[in-house]
Amino acid sequence: MRPSTGFILLITTGTALLLLMGGHARSSRTARKAELQERARLVHRLRLTDLCLFTEARYTRHPAMADLHAPFQDHPTALEHFPSGSLVTPPVTLQRSYAPRP
Amino acid sequence: MHRALNRHRNILDFALSSLMRRKAKNISLFLVYTLIIFVIASLIFFVQALKREAALLLTEAPDMVVQRMIAGRHDLIPTRYAEKIGAIRGVSAVVPRLWGYYYDPVFQANYTLLVPDTEPPPPGSIMIGSGVARNLRIKTDDLVTFRSYSGMPLLLTVTAILPQHSELVAADLVLMAAEDFQAMFRMPKDVATDLAITVANPRELVTVANKIVEQFPDTRPILKSELLRTYDSLFDWRGGMMVVMLAVAVLSFVIFAWDKASGLSAEERKEIGILKSIGWETGDVLLLKFWEGAVISLTAFLAGVLLAYLHVFFSSAALFSHALKGWAILYPQFKLVPAVDGYQLSVLFVLAVLPYTAATIIPAWLAATIAPDAAMRS
Repeated sequence: MRPSTGFILLITTGTALLLLMGGHARSSRTARKAELQERARLVHRLRLTDLCLFTEARYTRHPAMADLHAPFQDHPTALEHFPSGSLVTPPVTLQRSYAPRP
Repeated sequence: MHRALNRHRNILDFALSSLMRRKAKNISLFLVYTLIIFVIASLIFFVQALKREAALLLTEAPDMVVQRMIAGRHDLIPTRYAEKIGAIRGVSAVVPRLWGYYYDPVFQANYTLLVPDTEPPPPGSIMIGSGVARNLRIKTDDLVTFRSYSGMPLLLTVTAILPQHSELVAADLVLMAAEDFQAMFRMPKDVATDLAITVANPRELVTVANKIVEQFPDTRPILKSELLRTYDSLFDWRGGMMVVMLAVAVLSFVIFAWDKASGLSAEERKEIGILKSIGWETGDVLLLKFWEGAVISLTAFLAGVLLAYLHVFFSSAALFSHALKGWAILYPQFKLVPAVDGYQLSVLFVLAVLPYTAATIIPAWLAATIAPDAAMRS
């Protein structure tokens, strides 16, 4: 077999697997729809507001509910204490200006 | 057409045998390339799946949460606020939420204690998330002791463990009765952590929020759209997790591509010189280098993307869990629902395959345009 034939076969197989990957993603979404709906029902029943991604500090566990200065601990220029604090951006409400505009 | 195809196949044959001659170098190149694509694609898959899941789940979150602020800090809100807020036109329900954190000094983990307003567990019993069950190594009907704020131990029976597939939202939850919650934190009965508000018409949310702030200047309403935007910015290209992880991968790719683009080895220059001297044209040499670059970048792209898919959706992004865990003892074990973003994969293809292929052509073009004897001697 010519090397180019082997390469073309390899790329064709890879592309077919890539398409299969897309198909798998689509079918998994359908198959796990019930599971996702159950999770959504739990969020609705318990009135949850955040995903449980980082449990190390209150402002990383519930980033949307955090105090305005929580990420900065004791004062606004204090260094970030927890590692996941560097992965979580401050809540949107923090970016809103509360100071009176001149 | 057939002739052009044959020409490409012949040059591809030559490119493959040329790559095989420098086997060790090209295999290591392929491995580094695959690794970089794997990291970037894993990140794309992981973030897309989380983003999609967050958007789907948080549409079920309360329309608005009202917190009370004292000296810039979140404080307990009197339940009498609920009655007055409930009377505002457009508000259909106001539910005081009771929730807080409990640090377990034995297992050094933080749990979220929550009182459900519908079907709460009876006093003396709790329902726990599977992360808590795993951390405490307990099962249904076991007894758990929490140390209350009065110093007295609070003995609670586990009546149920929340399903494992709910870990993404409920891994650290401990659901308990209001009586137990109040006993636990010595909390007065006429206060709540915050208020969950339902507004009949979503378009009136901002108006209702403004009315609440007008009536209660010490409160801070958080709208559902703000919750969603917080998660959007958390997983956004510009901020948070994406920047931290992506910066490393992109930087290594840039260094790698730059190194490749900076020049050819003496052996490669010699090879170009020989090819030119036996009659190859500059166009043929460029085509050869194009195929050499394309073989490596295409195979690395396909391998990297496929491995990333397996990593994120079959091994639950095992490599990222350490970064996400931080110092947390309790980390949710979740299997994300696959989400493949064709647009982002196309961008990755364009950014990863094309610059590399171009980077291999440019130095070859510079070498191929000089006289064959000069190229062979260099």
